[in-house]
Amino acid sequence: MAEKLIRIENIRASVGEEEILKDVSLQIAPGETHVLMGPNGAGKSTLGNVLMGSPVYQVTSGKIFFGEDEITKESADKRAQRGMFLSFQNPLEVPGLSLDEFIRNALRQKTGKPIKIFQFKKQLAEAMELLGMDESYASRDLNVGFSGGEKKKAEILQLLMLQPEFAILDETDSGLDVDAVRMVSKGIEEYQKRQEGALLIITHSTRILESLKVDYTHIIVKGKIVKTGGPELVDQINENGFEAFL
Amino acid sequence: MENKIQEGMRQDPAINIEGEQDRILLDGVQRELYDFKDEENEADFYRMDEGLTEEIVRAISEEKKDPEWMREFRLKSLELYHQIEVPDWGPPIDGLDMNRIATYVRSRSDMKGSWEEVPEDIKNAFEKLGIPQAERESLAGVGAQYDSELVYHNVREDVAAQGVVYSDLESALTGEYEQMIRDHFMKLVPPTDHKFAALHGAVWSGGSFVYVPKGVKVEIPLQSYFRLNAKGAGQFEHTLIIVEEGADLHFIEGCSAPKYNVANLHAGCVELYVGKNARLRYSTIENWSKNMYNLNTKRAIVEEGGMIEWVSGSFGSHESYLYPTSVLKGDGSHAEFTGVTFAGAGQNLDTGAKMIHIGKNTSSFIDTKSICKSGGISTYRSSVEIRKSAEGAKASVNCGSLMLDSISRSDTVPAADVRTNKADVGHEAKIGRISDEAVFYLMSRGISEAEARAMIVSGFASPVSKELPLEYAAEMNNLIKLEMEGG
Repeated sequence: MAEKLIRIENIRASVGEEEILKDVSLQIAPGETHVLMGPNGAGKSTLGNVLMGSPVYQVTSGKIFFGEDEITKESADKRAQRGMFLSFQNPLEVPGLSLDEFIRNALRQKTGKPIKIFQFKKQLAEAMELLGMDESYASRDLNVGFSGGEKKKAEILQLLMLQPEFAILDETDSGLDVDAVRMVSKGIEEYQKRQEGALLIITHSTRILESLKVDYTHIIVKGKIVKTGGPELVDQINENGFEAFL
Repeated sequence: MENKIQEGMRQDPAINIEGEQDRILLDGVQRELYDFKDEENEADFYRMDEGLTEEIVRAISEEKKDPEWMREFRLKSLELYHQIEVPDWGPPIDGLDMNRIATYVRSRSDMKGSWEEVPEDIKNAFEKLGIPQAERESLAGVGAQYDSELVYHNVREDVAAQGVVYSDLESALTGEYEQMIRDHFMKLVPPTDHKFAALHGAVWSGGSFVYVPKGVKVEIPLQSYFRLNAKGAGQFEHTLIIVEEGADLHFIEGCSAPKYNVANLHAGCVELYVGKNARLRYSTIENWSKNMYNLNTKRAIVEEGGMIEWVSGSFGSHESYLYPTSVLKGDGSHAEFTGVTFAGAGQNLDTGAKMIHIGKNTSSFIDTKSICKSGGISTYRSSVEIRKSAEGAKASVNCGSLMLDSISRSDTVPAADVRTNKADVGHEAKIGRISDEAVFYLMSRGISEAEARAMIVSGFASPVSKELPLEYAAEMNNLIKLEMEGG
């Protein structure tokens, strides 16, 4: 068995008084793609946010490891510098900060080195083309006035540019039309291929998974993982929904 | 292991992993950049007694070899100063005691036209601020004022050859432009305007005179830099700019001073005359030290089809009253004001803009951002006046405030006085805080919390920095970063 990249051990997490994750454990090895499915309110997004270190949630017990290191209490920027990434369900708008400037800053933080502008621009243009994003978006304010689809594409653009070792995609396909889903999946596929990166795809639909290689599927219900299986589990959910697991 | 090394480096402020060399340089220099003091060697400086009396005003006038009308003007202004009350509607200025302000301090050396001849200590002060360097690189002319007098003035030959005049106001006062100065000096901001305009009229010294003849477009900016080094002193420079019909100019003004534990005063005056179809952009980055009372008056009058654009960054001073005014006299004239104000600990900055629409189909646009932090008070104050004659006028006011903590204060005081129903006036105000979610979003890409906040604040202020020449925009972002780190 390959050494695990991410280990989540018996995590409990809450917002204020309300406990949302109730003893979740999960392990992901380098290059693996895991899918996390479940009905609304099951704790899918919470798990993604907790993994990234969102200050909104309090981890009350359990541990998270990245490789050998425990990162349960680490801040989000430190986790990102280790090679973690979260594609947000609702990417935030930051007026006055352009998309390319933002990515350049993030890359600089990650590599600790100056970024060569020419090479950066070239890579950015290529990635944008792959995602079918108009190049004008590069100089626009981060997510400001972007459509839902463009926001998600911008997330995947960051994924491709930052090349993390482990990425969590939180409902990246929700609210997108067919074309946008196709473009976004193409970007994810490229990430799988190029990076051999590990993925945790959080979704409640299966459209995004059609063209992607999936290794494991987990079903989360009421803050607990109730079933883990292979890609066939996705088809099962597709046909029968979550009823069997409730 | 590799990760650990990187983390260690990031925590060391000496190694700023910004990447861009110029930014590192700015970071390294700028901390002490504005705060260095040059001890005044008594023998090298002439300092008028503190306080404000007729004797002092006469002595200044004598010192400056004023023409008689100017001496009379000063004395009349002094009378007005004593008659006019201190404003009671803005930040309190009780801490300002005119009896403890030296209104005139100058180096014993005369103004130079060549940088090499400027006295060493003063030269060093400006070198640290990057002034002559900027001139070599990107300016058409530079004036540098140290305390009360200009120490250096130079304009590029090709610009001068177009008939552009850029000089200190004093020499203009006795030369071929005397009548022009007489016709314009404190006509737009009369000494009767308010107490500190009267003060300015009495003790003004230094500043610049710019004349751009009809149709001349000055392609690169002119800059004046004002440095008040003397402790317990006042700076009262007068900037007079006349841009004739169809001409075009960008003028940049920078100000700074070291911090002392006694009050300093800045009561400058800027008068801008924009001719028919002419265009003037007036940019300011002000970073006075935090013991400064900045009671500055700026006003422009615009003829038919002309345009004034103000770009203003206010970062320094203990207290500021600053409301650049545009008088849209000619039909179809246009004014824009874009400003950012950052009030940190111990600062009370009352800033904004005034628009006066007189001509038909005039238009004005105000876009301001104010930021407050660590107990700072930032007040946005504006007035839009649309006279009965200004049919078809359009005015839009957009002001945003960002409060970085709960001990700071932000107020918005917009006023509009509209005397015709054939006008279109819009106003939008927003007050906000940095969203924790946005900070988390940036952090999730590897950006530190402090950096994330600074990026959001810089973004908020970007309507202003976008309007500035590149090096000034970099300076402004750097000031924001410093303010974010401080306090």
